[in-house]
Amino acid sequence: MARAQHDYDDIPGTFVFDAERSRQGYGINMFCMSLMKEENRKAFKANEAEYLKRFKLTPAQTEAILKRDYNRMLEHGGNIYFTAKLGATDGHSFQHLAALMTGSSQQDYAAMMLAGGRSVEGNRSRSGKPKPAKAKAKPKSKSKSSAKRK
Amino acid sequence: MASIIAGVGSSHVPAIGAALDNGRTEEPYWKRVFSGFEKSKQWMAKTKPDVAIVVYNDHASAFSVEMIPTFALGCAAEFPPADEGWGPRPVPVLKGHPALAAHIAQSVILDEFDLTIVNKMEVDHGLTVPMNLLFGTPKEWPCRVIPLAVNVVMYPPPTGHRCYMLGKAIRKAIESYPEDLRVVIFGTGGLSHQISGPRAGLINSKWDKSFLDNLTKDPKKLTRIPHIDYMREAGAEGIEMVMWLIMRGALDDKVDEVYRFYTVPASNTAVGHIILENRRKAAAKSKRGAAGRSKQAAARKAAHRIASKGRR
Repeated sequence: MARAQHDYDDIPGTFVFDAERSRQGYGINMFCMSLMKEENRKAFKANEAEYLKRFKLTPAQTEAILKRDYNRMLEHGGNIYFTAKLGATDGHSFQHLAALMTGSSQQDYAAMMLAGGRSVEGNRSRSGKPKPAKAKAKPKSKSKSSAKRK
Repeated sequence: MASIIAGVGSSHVPAIGAALDNGRTEEPYWKRVFSGFEKSKQWMAKTKPDVAIVVYNDHASAFSVEMIPTFALGCAAEFPPADEGWGPRPVPVLKGHPALAAHIAQSVILDEFDLTIVNKMEVDHGLTVPMNLLFGTPKEWPCRVIPLAVNVVMYPPPTGHRCYMLGKAIRKAIESYPEDLRVVIFGTGGLSHQISGPRAGLINSKWDKSFLDNLTKDPKKLTRIPHIDYMREAGAEGIEMVMWLIMRGALDDKVDEVYRFYTVPASNTAVGHIILENRRKAAAKSKRGAAGRSKQAAARKAAHRIASKGRR
């Protein structure tokens, strides 16, 4: 089944970890959680593909983990607070991961942050509409309507 | 009678904890952040609360994806710091206040906020970093702590309005607790930041300033912000700012902003901090005025209701 459309899909460069992704990514996130234990980190490092068989992962999820494709992990249901544990297992700082996900060097990323971060201007919407959420039909997302209810 | 005397808003960036633990507070980058909390520590030392209710979120430490409670109240006698992959932070174990926590749980559940009760829980940087920023690095924490963990990791978190109303219910609970306790409530997380995906690094200072302004002056306006606006304007992880509205809901409608600090960045995040005092703090002390009396009467009534039959 194709992923349901949501108002927040319009936000560029963002994979919102919603209930649907949480369901799909359970295996990825539980794998990452297992890395909190030293013995598991060792076992993973010794044979990554073999270790991953302990978890219910799709071929795409397994490939994303093996290739350290962090954006793809997010797209397939990984959550950043969990995937960061994989980064830590590899000995990387969080900024290393952030730079990877944004496609820049760690140096450039750090410089961008020091200069005040990524501007929201030009980064609000894929569709280019400033407020597409309000223009769209209401009944699409339950959470949205509950957020608006007052 | 217990009462809420003030609210504290503070970011809880993990790197701040790491800077403290690794002795890097004097480096210019970190000094810029820590210097903004010097006055706050003095304020806290003078305020001397008996209990701090700390609204925060867990980051895959106490809760994985096996259980995702929307609101989880820590009712244990103590809360050890969690091992987040580098060993537990070297901070003292936090002592809870089980009696007050149980009272809050009972009161707010009957007020239709279906909390999860947690009797065993480790707490991560989301709670310990704001504690350090406001209390420094003492051998023992000078007050009891009641953690309130909010799910802001999986979408959807509770709405800002729901958070605000929970704050009001918590206040009512506290004011119906018979013991004289001075309570400070913390709202933590934020401000603008995104740490996931190709848009990571997003900061929106204009949004943050407006959020802080309205937190003091017009919090009801903030309760109408839909989730999409937080995520679009303040970053996918910036949505954790809804937790500040629990703190704000627990305060008077009109408050005094006694301190504010803002700096960019700490690691990937805009650091925001605010201290709001209830105006009736002084009034309650001298017990003058009808407001004080009616408040006490309301508290008695609430206590009676909870003790007698529960739901109104």
